[in-house]
Amino acid sequence: LAHGGGGRLMQGLIDKVFKTAFEGIGLQSTHDSAVLDLDAGRLAMTTDSYVVKPLEFPGGDIGSLAIHGTVNDLAMAGARPRYLSVGFVLEEGLEMEKLWRIVCSMRDAADAAGVRIVTGDTKVVDRGKGDGIYLNTTGVGVVASGLRVDPSAVEAGDAIVVSGDVGRHGVAVMAHREGLAFEAPIESDSASLVAMVHALLDAGISVRCLRDLTRGGLATCLNEIAASAGRRIEIQEDAVPVDEVVRGACEMLGLDPLYVACEGRMVAFVAPEDAARAAEVMRGFAPGEKARVIGEVTGDDRALVVGRNAFGTRRVLDLLSGEQLPRIC
Amino acid sequence: MPRKRVHIHVDGAVQGVGFRPFVYRVAHDLGLGGWVCNNSTGVDVEFEGEEDAVELGLRRLRSEHPPHADISGVSVAHCDPLGGEGFVIRSSDDTGGTTSVLPDLATCEDCRREVFDSQDRRYRYPFTNCTNCGPRFSIIQEIPYDRATTTMRGFDMCAACQAEYDDPLDRRFHAQPNACAACGPKLYWRDAVGAVLAERDAALRAAEEAIGEGDVVAVKGLGGFHLVVDATSETAVGNLRQRKKRGKKPFAVMCPSLDMVREVCEVSGVEAEALLGSGSPIVLLERRSDAPQGLLARAVAPDNPRIGVMLPYTPLHHLLLADLGRPVVVTSANRASEPICTDGAEAVQRLHRIADWFLDHDRPIARPVEDSVVQVVLGAPQVLRYARGYAPQVVANQVVAKQALANQPVTTVDSSEVVLAAGGHLKSAVALARDGEVILGPHVGDLDTVEALEAFEALFDDLAELQGVAPSVVAHDMHPDYQSTRVAQESGAETYAVQHHHAHVAAVIAEHDIDGEVLGVSWDGTGYGGDGTVWGGEFLRASRSDFERVAHLYPFRLPGGEAAAREPRRSALGVLSEAFDELPLDRVSSLRAAFDSIELDTLAAMLLRSLRCVETTSAGRLFDAVASLLGLCQHNDFEAEAAMMLQFEAESVAEGPVFDAPLEGESIDWRPTIRRMVDALDAGESPAALARGFHLTLARAVVDVARRHDLQRVVLGGGCFQNRLLLTETASRLQDAGFDVYWPQRIPAGDGGLAVGQAIVATSRNT
Ligand SMILES: [Fe+3]
Ligand SMILES: [Mg+2]
Ligand SMILES: [Zn+2]
Ligand SMILES: [Zn+2]
Repeated sequence: LAHGGGGRLMQGLIDKVFKTAFEGIGLQSTHDSAVLDLDAGRLAMTTDSYVVKPLEFPGGDIGSLAIHGTVNDLAMAGARPRYLSVGFVLEEGLEMEKLWRIVCSMRDAADAAGVRIVTGDTKVVDRGKGDGIYLNTTGVGVVASGLRVDPSAVEAGDAIVVSGDVGRHGVAVMAHREGLAFEAPIESDSASLVAMVHALLDAGISVRCLRDLTRGGLATCLNEIAASAGRRIEIQEDAVPVDEVVRGACEMLGLDPLYVACEGRMVAFVAPEDAARAAEVMRGFAPGEKARVIGEVTGDDRALVVGRNAFGTRRVLDLLSGEQLPRIC
Repeated sequence: MPRKRVHIHVDGAVQGVGFRPFVYRVAHDLGLGGWVCNNSTGVDVEFEGEEDAVELGLRRLRSEHPPHADISGVSVAHCDPLGGEGFVIRSSDDTGGTTSVLPDLATCEDCRREVFDSQDRRYRYPFTNCTNCGPRFSIIQEIPYDRATTTMRGFDMCAACQAEYDDPLDRRFHAQPNACAACGPKLYWRDAVGAVLAERDAALRAAEEAIGEGDVVAVKGLGGFHLVVDATSETAVGNLRQRKKRGKKPFAVMCPSLDMVREVCEVSGVEAEALLGSGSPIVLLERRSDAPQGLLARAVAPDNPRIGVMLPYTPLHHLLLADLGRPVVVTSANRASEPICTDGAEAVQRLHRIADWFLDHDRPIARPVEDSVVQVVLGAPQVLRYARGYAPQVVANQVVAKQALANQPVTTVDSSEVVLAAGGHLKSAVALARDGEVILGPHVGDLDTVEALEAFEALFDDLAELQGVAPSVVAHDMHPDYQSTRVAQESGAETYAVQHHHAHVAAVIAEHDIDGEVLGVSWDGTGYGGDGTVWGGEFLRASRSDFERVAHLYPFRLPGGEAAAREPRRSALGVLSEAFDELPLDRVSSLRAAFDSIELDTLAAMLLRSLRCVETTSAGRLFDAVASLLGLCQHNDFEAEAAMMLQFEAESVAEGPVFDAPLEGESIDWRPTIRRMVDALDAGESPAALARGFHLTLARAVVDVARRHDLQRVVLGGGCFQNRLLLTETASRLQDAGFDVYWPQRIPAGDGGLAVGQAIVATSRNT
């Protein structure tokens, strides 16, 4: 790839790669802006940039990740994702074949999530100034009127449902990048949660708050919600699904699976009487196959996340500084 | 004979220990007039009478004071005689209470005698106490210390007890927890779900019977519930281990008498003194090789040449042990890593499936207080866990105390700032600096569980409240993820972060009242270095306020970070990867056998790529690595197990080879040591000699560093210096080389003493 400068070569790239790939799901206009038709309701908007090494990993690539991340963020606000923009920063020397694979993967992911890529941008940077591809996606979606899905809606007694096994994405990417082999291959959990979220809302589940698990994993996500809701959260640690191979890998790497990144998992805070049904609904979708009720919000109004183990010991699941420095003497 | 009147001010820990009745008795004996009164820092006395009698009274104040009074200074001023009056005990304020908070004290000899005297009205009364003994810290809820502000407030004294309480000549004058069977707390015998089946002496007898039959009985003592089982029964102790999910970590035992302790263990004079002292701690003692069979089940402390022993310290324990006539295991009633239970209903709930029965009582416990632990090393006691019988006491001065002329008060520089120090994450304890002194609170434990965190937070507020002060500065460790750091940051007060190893050194500087700079040898498992690495084998040029890192152990990497603290085998791989170009696994067979092939490939790849590795200079992890290489311990079942195994192995022989560990720049390079040890292992040398040699090598390396610096005083601190062999070898080699050596004695060497150092550094920060 050597298409910097914005001239004819670049136009060719846009025509040959992006327009071809995204044809039919939105990107047709050569205008500077996309003009969007939206139905009544409130608008949700989110943006995120994606940097991952390696670009392709078992279970996904940077392309699908950039779609899933943004549509999931929209879904967590209860929105139906409608349109996306995509910004590419490409490193000179990137293999065209790899770019094509990643762009196709984006198209498929957008297709599956029912979202249209309507505008985009491409820049090429000198060799050595980037990691192949950086991506930014911005998404807009529509929230049904009257729907409030927000940490401040969390109440004492709410049940917490996790949509599947945690920690796979972080371990899969690390293992692939570092060439580590465990008992079995580990695939990322990268997935769109859009259909599952709308199935929950359509089923009339009293959903208080939704949050997708990304960096920092389940424990970090729960800490954020505990802090913004001003509540204590207690989970049963052995109820949290963790793949056995992932668990073994984490043990070796000195990682706690509750703190490892996911890219296709979420937690739902729902009214206690809806907990079992929410898990049931989630289990009807591929990324929700292993959905389980894992805990609850307690009456204690101090923000704290607590994990209870099989023996009944309750450990504090801190929000860690990220320095990963041992505390044990 | 002319008349004379003097005003006497007595400073020190003199409140709540029967000091005023003592002064009253002296005045009464000598026919002196005047008064005695508590004040904020001690006691004021005025004596008036014939000159000789006044002089005699002064002398008796200094020489005969009550056993637990600790006088730090006496000042005398002459005043004009006022003429004919009697002697009175004045109330310090409306309540007659005192502001000082004392530790719980073991049962005194007088009370013990009464409890076993069938003619005494307190015969077999398990809550007997007097001004010389009994509960203090564990029952006090507010200051001033008065019956109404303790958990005894619900018990109205009977006429007989009230008469003792009111009589200045009685041993129980103003003994706030004074009680008898007619009016005081009583025992309850509960089944596993909490139903009361018996009361009073019948409850005690039922407990004795159950223990005798091998059951696990939760006994509410002074500072919390203990789990008690027959220490002679292999089945009973094994059962307790299983239910408590406790692997090999040793249990402490309580013996009915010192004579019985001597049957099982070697007891030196200093050790006997520690056992019998008012703190009544658990003392770590060497087992006798000729101990009678069957007196201690093997499961009490498997594969451990030492055993933690204590003597009964409340009348309840005296009665229980005397009736049983054998040692019992006494261990904190909790699930792993939670604080001790203090409340009956809570105990029944939390100890479900652990305890068969509960011996409960109705004197509430104001705060959990665990048993203290002491060892004797280099002829002096060293507190390893500072709790019951010790906390909360003054352990150090904020500034150097300048000893004035004999009999003159010890002066301290006034400090208006009140500093609360949050301590560490493991073995947490808080300290408070006020009025020029530092008070250390009791051991709370590791802050991983919610229960421990809540206990810590309660104590964090409590320590200052009990002293009637509000902290203006909160000191804490630099580690951003310590729970204690969080609590400090959420306190709302101004905060001050103190480097971990500086705090260890500052604690010892303060404990030994040292002025100026020292070479601080600060060795432990883990401390936040502030440079992104984990420190733990540090040499600091340090004062109370500042430090400079002048040397350290050669750094190595821990694959998997914190996981290495649980698995010495990881430290071993990290150490080998520094010492060798290629891991010499075929030459260290027991380490090789500790891994399966996926584990080994993964860890080797992690080291090769520095993936999920933490760089460290930790002495603790280096000890772990050597224990692993020698095949002694691959997984720590409890904290510092590997280091203990290595120490015991080393102590089993008299000699060991000193290896090469050159001081290169700022690093003690232990890599040649490791290479030589691998060669020796390969050649079939005994692990014991190598273990000893490793200790000697490090001790000599410390002397090498000390020689390189111009500091006369060397301070040893950090958890590694709880290792008796390392401490003995290092201290004596330094002394032989002409250095003045100081190590922690009153304050725990490990993170339990961290708060004291933090308080010292924070109060000294501007000077
Ligand atoms: Fe430490
Ligand atoms: Mg996002
Ligand atoms: Zn007594
Ligand atoms: Zn009475």
